[in-house]
Amino acid sequence: MTVQIRSSIRFLLNHRLVELSAVSAVQTLLDFLRLDRNLRGTKEGCAEGDCGACTVLVGRLLEGRLKYESVNACIRFVGSLDGCHVVTVDSLAQPGGPLHPVQQAMVETHASQCGFCTPGFVMSLYGLWMENPKPSVAEIEKALQGNLCRCTGYAAIIRAAEAVSVIGDLDRDPLIAERATIIQKLESLKDGKRVEIGEGSERFLLPASVDDLAEIYVAEPKARIVAGSTDVGLWVTKFMRDIAPVVHLSHLDELRRIVVDETGITFGAGVSYTESFPLISKHFPQLTELWNRIGGQQVRNMGTIGGNIANGSPIGDTPPALIALGASVVLRLGKKRRTVLLEDFFIEYGKQDRQPGEFVEAVKIPFLPENALYAVYKITKRLDEDISAVCGAFRLTVDGAGTVTDAVIAYGGMAGTPKRASHAESALTGTAWTEASTEAAMEALAQDYTPLTDWRASADYRLLVAKNLLRRFYLETKGDEPVRLDRKQAV
Amino acid sequence: MNVMQPIERIRGGVHENERHESGHKHVTGTAEYIDDIPEPAGTLHAYLGLSQRAHAQILSIDFEPVLSAPGVLGILTADDITGENDVSPAHKHDDPVFATDKVEFHGQPIFAVIAETRDEARRAAARVRIDYQDLPHVTDVLEAAAANYPLVIDPLKLERGDIAAGFAKAKNILEGEMRIGGQDHFYLEGHISFAIPGEDDEILLYSSTQHPSETQHMVGQVLGVASNAVTINVRRMGGAFGGKETQANLFAAVAALAARKYRRAVKIRPDRDDDMTATGKRHDFHVGYKVGFDDDGRIEAVDATFSARCGFSADLSGPVTDRALFHADNCYFYPHVRLRSRPLKTNTVSNTAFRGFGGPQGMVGGERMIEEVAYALGKDPLEIRKLNFYGGGGRNLTPYHQTVEDNIIGRIIDELETSCDYAARREAVLAFNRKSQIIKRGIALTPVKFGISFTKTEYNQAGALVHVYADGSIHLNHGGTEMGQGLYTKVAQVVADEFQVDLDRIKVTATTTGKVPNTSATAASSGSDLNGMAAANAAQQIKARLVTFAAERWGVSEKDVAFEPNTIRIGAERMAFSDFIKIAYGSRIQLSAAGYYKTPKIHWNRSEGRGRPFFYYAYGASCSEVSIDTLTGEYQVDRTDVLHDVGKSLNPALDIGQVEGAFVQGMGWLTTEELWWDAKGRLRTHAPSTYKIPLASDRPRIFNVKLAEWSVNREETIRRSKAVGEPPFMLPISVLEAISMAAASVAEYRIAPRLDAPATPERVLLAIERMRRAARNG
Repeated sequence: MTVQIRSSIRFLLNHRLVELSAVSAVQTLLDFLRLDRNLRGTKEGCAEGDCGACTVLVGRLLEGRLKYESVNACIRFVGSLDGCHVVTVDSLAQPGGPLHPVQQAMVETHASQCGFCTPGFVMSLYGLWMENPKPSVAEIEKALQGNLCRCTGYAAIIRAAEAVSVIGDLDRDPLIAERATIIQKLESLKDGKRVEIGEGSERFLLPASVDDLAEIYVAEPKARIVAGSTDVGLWVTKFMRDIAPVVHLSHLDELRRIVVDETGITFGAGVSYTESFPLISKHFPQLTELWNRIGGQQVRNMGTIGGNIANGSPIGDTPPALIALGASVVLRLGKKRRTVLLEDFFIEYGKQDRQPGEFVEAVKIPFLPENALYAVYKITKRLDEDISAVCGAFRLTVDGAGTVTDAVIAYGGMAGTPKRASHAESALTGTAWTEASTEAAMEALAQDYTPLTDWRASADYRLLVAKNLLRRFYLETKGDEPVRLDRKQAV
Repeated sequence: MNVMQPIERIRGGVHENERHESGHKHVTGTAEYIDDIPEPAGTLHAYLGLSQRAHAQILSIDFEPVLSAPGVLGILTADDITGENDVSPAHKHDDPVFATDKVEFHGQPIFAVIAETRDEARRAAARVRIDYQDLPHVTDVLEAAAANYPLVIDPLKLERGDIAAGFAKAKNILEGEMRIGGQDHFYLEGHISFAIPGEDDEILLYSSTQHPSETQHMVGQVLGVASNAVTINVRRMGGAFGGKETQANLFAAVAALAARKYRRAVKIRPDRDDDMTATGKRHDFHVGYKVGFDDDGRIEAVDATFSARCGFSADLSGPVTDRALFHADNCYFYPHVRLRSRPLKTNTVSNTAFRGFGGPQGMVGGERMIEEVAYALGKDPLEIRKLNFYGGGGRNLTPYHQTVEDNIIGRIIDELETSCDYAARREAVLAFNRKSQIIKRGIALTPVKFGISFTKTEYNQAGALVHVYADGSIHLNHGGTEMGQGLYTKVAQVVADEFQVDLDRIKVTATTTGKVPNTSATAASSGSDLNGMAAANAAQQIKARLVTFAAERWGVSEKDVAFEPNTIRIGAERMAFSDFIKIAYGSRIQLSAAGYYKTPKIHWNRSEGRGRPFFYYAYGASCSEVSIDTLTGEYQVDRTDVLHDVGKSLNPALDIGQVEGAFVQGMGWLTTEELWWDAKGRLRTHAPSTYKIPLASDRPRIFNVKLAEWSVNREETIRRSKAVGEPPFMLPISVLEAISMAAASVAEYRIAPRLDAPATPERVLLAIERMRRAARNG
């Protein structure tokens, strides 16, 4: 099959169609908006996807459904926007016209002070409003995990978020009222062609399909595959690295598929944290908190489970949890596929079991065996939108006699890769699940890990907490006394 | 003359919950920040090249790779400076724009690249090759003391009474030490300057600065031109918090130098990481203290030394460490006291102003001593606090010999204690902790007393410029800068109130050195106190002329001319304000005035440590309850109640916003915000990915914030209001102490946890472990 090639990308920017043929692989959406289009309502606060001042909405089609999600324009590459609808704060109210309900609510509740973060908050709240017109305070806080405000202390912003639906009528919102037309426009942009643009350090490609991706990557194994760009974006904005040629995959619906069968769930490598959340929280309620604490909402909308694994970080959020579940990755090289246990995929710091030209196509997570005990704890300096100092995941099978028959313990932040605690596992396996055996396993952790001291935590704290998390797991499986902070919803 | 029906009151006068004047622009993205200003054709971009060493001689620099990079026009080094290579606000000549032969901290600017685009300039700057010869470096304050590092400025000593006698009399004496971390401002808009060259030696600068006049003078000094050649404009900043009081000067100077050299507009804006690496922060402190007290917990004597990590230069470290001493007493009378500052040099970025300006560190140190006394005696810290409050015969003199005349802390504490149900909740916390093994709770109620006025007396003056145009619209300009605090709104409300016209008749224009000269930094919480008074003065001058005119023209007595809502009443008749102004203009009445104000009563003799540095005090208190996890050190603020004094508020809605915002910012400082330097002297928490300011989900789960509505400033401030910017920043000391109490529960509250700040989960857990060990060892 010959793949047809297009040498431009096309997307809607607010109310207009944009077609670009001269665009670099490292062109960020934020710079494009501010410098090329002079749309300066969207601000740069950090250029690393952590402050949310640059939040815009990106509408993406998936199987005919259009969903608008908040994203960080600073680390989003323009090349990834083919077929999308980008909505910026500049478009919400016309000069001299009425404010958008989200904007009106923010003004009425005194929710802006210096105003620099405000456009980002407006866009995050707009994204929330469209999905959830009457959110709880907890849902508002979740939607705002990726937005920093240094002035207000947030109280007024929360009041604004609660007031939006009192002020506005969602059905009359343009992105709701005109949705059918927008979908039609976006559908018309899909032509099934591969996109190839630029030369050298500017070059990027959008494969026409997963098969096309496989072909491209075999031909150009040095290409950089980019899914959500929540990490690779920083290579450009912070380290000024050359990453071309870039191969985007966020536009590939095939990679966003989720298959649930009797053995488990298979997530395509392009499934975002947000997209995976409903099934994760349904089948693995123990992962709900972890999933809610990955990055901020914008990062969860962009970032993918596949990317979190493929980049091999020792402090990635999902690998310890998935290793403990016995997850595996489907690796694809050309037409060939192989499946590797996730724990075996991570070889050492910076090195994974991946051949040149081979990419992560899917992640398979088996359901927990009945009676399995399972928990994941993420320890951070700040509760939300922070990277783990330590992340511990525990899965235990205890037989009717109270004996541990199977123990899988994995930690992130304790070694150069997400790593199992084999000494601790051995200390538990075959013993009774008691305080004494737990303490023995806690002591064994010192043989499993020699953690580092860095800005997130000292080595001493990491080891101490790693031990204590095992104790927490024990206490949680045994007692009825609360052993975790009751994360109260604010009032 | 028209006869008009009087209306009750104007829209947007003082004491009203008026919206921020830019609110509608903030939410639409149309509020213009400097980076949003359309650039003239040919605008160039500058980017700083920063030291990669903490302390080193520069042996040689190879700029060839920089100069050959795409888009580069050239570089600037110290050799390009036509004036002085110095922006020291302390006039110590220790703050070079560009380092020359030696670098003194990792991140110190050495040169700037000028290129066609910002991206090109930034990429080119990274290509420089510099040969360094490393010198020993010190980043920590105690290591600096041990290494005999110098002080960056003369220290201060405050002394009153006889501490030897005080300690001799004291039944109990405790000694201890505390570390208090610094803080990055994390203004959402980073530093930026945009320079446009003019005719002759003139230069126009848009600068994100809290101190336009100083920026003007510094740019003049670096360029070698007089101040009258330099105009600084600042419409608004995207947050500042003290981080733009002196730190903007270097960026402005570089943009100006480049604009002069290339005769083109030049913009400079560092990346967030470089902004955090290269600009100063809140000072980290080490406090060594000795406190003597009787068996009830009444303090007899205090001897404390406050050592600060000042960084490589003086900057504002003198007044910052002074203010730490001024607040080490907080609300407490120390019969015999000696407080000393040690502003130590370190090989780190030069620390600077930050909301509270050293006061918070001083107060945290003072509150630590209260905690020590309470745990030593097994009492509720609140009881110790009350016992030591200023008040009563002979108990009103501060360590700097100012008499506390306006003390309202007793009433604030009483009201808050009742409204938040402190006593019952403390009992409930104690009961909970007896039962709960892993999760522990703590509660603390802490006071704040914060002195208002610049301790540098000459800064306590302000100017304003008011024009009434012939159509009756009013132009207001003053020396204060808008950084989100709502200063423009409040001052406009004052002017609306003076003229008795609706607020929308008044337009506040960008702060500029061309309209109001020799202004003070918008700092020390003084913005509305100073500029509100200056603007009122300008309005009063115009009003006086108008009254005289009306009395003459209509033949009435001056006392029969009055400014009433949107009208002028002359005798028994009323006329619309705009109609009256038109007539006044036609009659050649000057409708413009420059207003001025200087704060009365204040004086300060630093060498004697004696005077009245503060016009008045602002008070407040908060009660926080927390839960902690004793397995991990994680915590949550379950509830906070605040009662805060802003005098008679100019704008309660904005003031509540200041209190809420300051509380959360202060809570971040004391909990999750940690500055961490590695062994090479590199700051590794230099971006929001590694430096964690509070999120919406970190704010207290229940957050009740109230103003003390009965409070009226006993001094004649603008409409009897009080300053609000800084005082509430210290309210969250209650969070630190509540965490401390929860930790103390593992040792039955018999040992003071000595929890340092920031109380990260790690510090909390390590404090718990320490106490468990101490309890086991008896």
